[in-house]
Amino acid sequence: MIAITTEPIDVASALQNLQTEQAGAIDLFLGVVRDNTKKRPVDRLEYEAYDRMAISEMQKIADEAHRQWPILRYTIIHRTGTLRTGELAVLIGIASAHRADAFEACRYIIDTIKQTVPIWKKEIFTDGEVWVNAHP
Amino acid sequence: MNSPVSVLLFGITRDLTGQSLLSMSVDQEARVQDLLDQLYQHYPKLADIKSLLVAVNGEYAERDHLLTSKDEIALIPPVSGG
Repeated sequence: MIAITTEPIDVASALQNLQTEQAGAIDLFLGVVRDNTKKRPVDRLEYEAYDRMAISEMQKIADEAHRQWPILRYTIIHRTGTLRTGELAVLIGIASAHRADAFEACRYIIDTIKQTVPIWKKEIFTDGEVWVNAHP
Repeated sequence: MNSPVSVLLFGITRDLTGQSLLSMSVDQEARVQDLLDQLYQHYPKLADIKSLLVAVNGEYAERDHLLTSKDEIALIPPVSGG
């Protein structure tokens, strides 16, 4: 399952969707809004996505993970809109028979999402704002 | 002959231009690079962005990709999801 949503991410229902009797391991990665960037206090993050392309790029990543590891089920959910400290921005869930595959696939997916999926975040500090990664 | 294309803008490109959708007129047989050159002329600040990619119909496109007026074009500044 792949989704982009403006609603809070529901971890319990994501976990439920991952569970299957063949899965001996479920790995969940949660990306959370931190209260600072290099010690500069963060008030909130604003995420936006090119939804259509973000979904198709995430599908490519999931398909590639499927080729590399024996995945039973996966869930990728990315939130957009205004997020406060402590809120979940992204959830990656992998179910596999054994833990090594789940860990590796999960890491591959989040690392690649950060490189190729058209989603952007703006950090709003108490004293300014910046689009992350946009400037040299 | 010119043909109209529309360009979606996200993130810093939207902030720098003040637009989320631009209508541009490009030469027939224009390529991605030609469109970028025009955009840089109109909005020199776009050149400050670390790297700027272009998507055509939801796929990353090379600089020599040929454009048509039916294309959905989007500027893709450096991504920062997760």
